[in-house]
Amino acid sequence: MADAIGISDVAAVERTLAGERDAYRVLVERHSAYVYRVAYRMTGNPHDAEEVVQEAFLRAYQKLRQFAGNANFGTWVYRIAANYAIDRLRQRKNEESRRESPSRKTESETEVDPLSQIKDQAPNPERLAGSAQLAEKMKEALDALTPAERTAIVMRHWDGCGIEEIAEVLKSNSSAAKNTVFRAAQKLRLALKPFAEGRNAAKVVGTES
Amino acid sequence: MKHTSAEELYAYREGEMTGRESIAAHLKECGECRAELERIEEVFQVLNAMPVPDPGEEYGTKVWRQIVDRLPEKRAKWWSGFFAPQRLMAMGAAAALLALAFYAGRTTSPRTGGDEIVDAGKVRERVLVVAVGEHLGKSEMILMELSNTQPVESGKKLINIATEQKRAEDLVEENRLYRQTALNGGDHAIASTLDELQRVLLDVANSPAEVTPAQFASIQKRIAAQGILLKVRVVRQELRAESERKKAEPARNDSIPKARNKA
Repeated sequence: MADAIGISDVAAVERTLAGERDAYRVLVERHSAYVYRVAYRMTGNPHDAEEVVQEAFLRAYQKLRQFAGNANFGTWVYRIAANYAIDRLRQRKNEESRRESPSRKTESETEVDPLSQIKDQAPNPERLAGSAQLAEKMKEALDALTPAERTAIVMRHWDGCGIEEIAEVLKSNSSAAKNTVFRAAQKLRLALKPFAEGRNAAKVVGTES
Repeated sequence: MKHTSAEELYAYREGEMTGRESIAAHLKECGECRAELERIEEVFQVLNAMPVPDPGEEYGTKVWRQIVDRLPEKRAKWWSGFFAPQRLMAMGAAAALLALAFYAGRTTSPRTGGDEIVDAGKVRERVLVVAVGEHLGKSEMILMELSNTQPVESGKKLINIATEQKRAEDLVEENRLYRQTALNGGDHAIASTLDELQRVLLDVANSPAEVTPAQFASIQKRIAAQGILLKVRVVRQELRAESERKKAEPARNDSIPKARNKA
C-alpha cells in the first residue's frame, strides 16, 4: 500500500483491475471528499450523502472494467454518485408521499409549485431578512424540487456540468435536460421571491467550506 | 414593449446565442427586465453560498474502512462482477431461489467425483440464464399491463402509471447490466433485444407519474411499434428451453447457445 500512495488514478485503476485490491484505496481516499460534497448538495443531508459516497465507490469498483481509463476517474465516480443520488432522492420522495397519504399521492402531486406553499405560510420579509433564514428558505426550496430538478440544478450550477452530462444522468435528451435545469432555477427563483428581493442578499449567507 | 420571458433571461444568463442581441438590446431599454435578471442572479448567489459541511481530513480513510469488506477480489472472468453480493441481491430473491434449486439438484444427483470442480462455473452460468429470464418476465409483465390498459374506459382525465413507472425504473439498471454482460459474452442477439427493451423501459421510467390519455396512447404506440413484447417473449422462451436443456445435459460447456441468435 505504501508504494501506491503517489500513483496516478489511471495506474491505481490498472493495479486494482490486476487484482491488487488495496490500490483502490488510493482512489477512495483521493476522491471521497469531493464526492461527499456533491452527494450532500444532491441529497441535502449528511446521512444520505455518506450513503451515496459509499455506494458510489462500491459501484465504481464493480464497474471498474467499464471505466478502463477512458475518462477522468473523478468525473466518472462523480457521475456514478449522481446516478445513485437521484435514485436515492426518488426513493425518499416515494417513501415520504406514501407516509403522507398511503393511497394515491404521487411524486408530482407532492411536489407542487413551491410558490403556492410560500403563499400559505404568509411570509414576513423582515423576519426572514437574516442570513440563516435565507439559507433555510433555499434549503426548503431545494428539498421541494423533484429529484430530477435537484440533480440537474446541482450538476449545472454547483458543479458546472454540461447539459449532455446532465442528460445522461437524467436518462433524457439534452433539450429535456435543459428544460429541467430551467424549471428548477425558476422554482428556486419563485420560492425565494419574497425574501431575496433586497440587493445582494446572498452576500450575508456566508460559506462554511 | 414586449418583456423578455424568464426562460429567455435564463438562457441569456447561461450564455446561449439564440436571440442574444435582441435580448441585450431590450435589457438596455427595460429596467424591469434588468431587475428580473438581477433577481435570477441573486438566486444563484444564494445557491452558491449554501454551506456544505466539511467531512474532515480523514474522511477518505473512513470511507475505505466502510467499504473494504464489501469489495470482492477482482477476477479475470467476464461474469465475475455478476456474482458480487450486491448483484445477487439485485437479481432478486426468486432468481437466487431458483439457483439454489439448481445447485441442490446438481449436487444431490449421483455423479463421479471429478465433475464437481467444473460445476461452479456451470451453476453460475445457469444463474445467469435464470436471472435474465426472470428479468425479461418482469419486463414483459409491465409492458403487457401498459398495453392492455384502456385509457378511456374510466373516463379519467389522467392515468396514473406511477406503479409501472417505478418498476420500469428498477428494471433499467438491471437491464443495462445484463446487456453489458451479454455484449461482453459475445451474445449479440440477446444484447440487441435488451437494447431495445432498455429504450422502452426508459420511456416508461421517464414519463410523468400521471399521464394524459394522449400521452398514454403514445407510450402504447411506442411499445407496439417496436414489437418489443414479441421479441422479449421469444428470447424468454429460448432461455427457458436453454435452462431446461442445461438441466438435462449438465456436462456440455456451451455458454453462448447458438439457438438464441436467431431472436
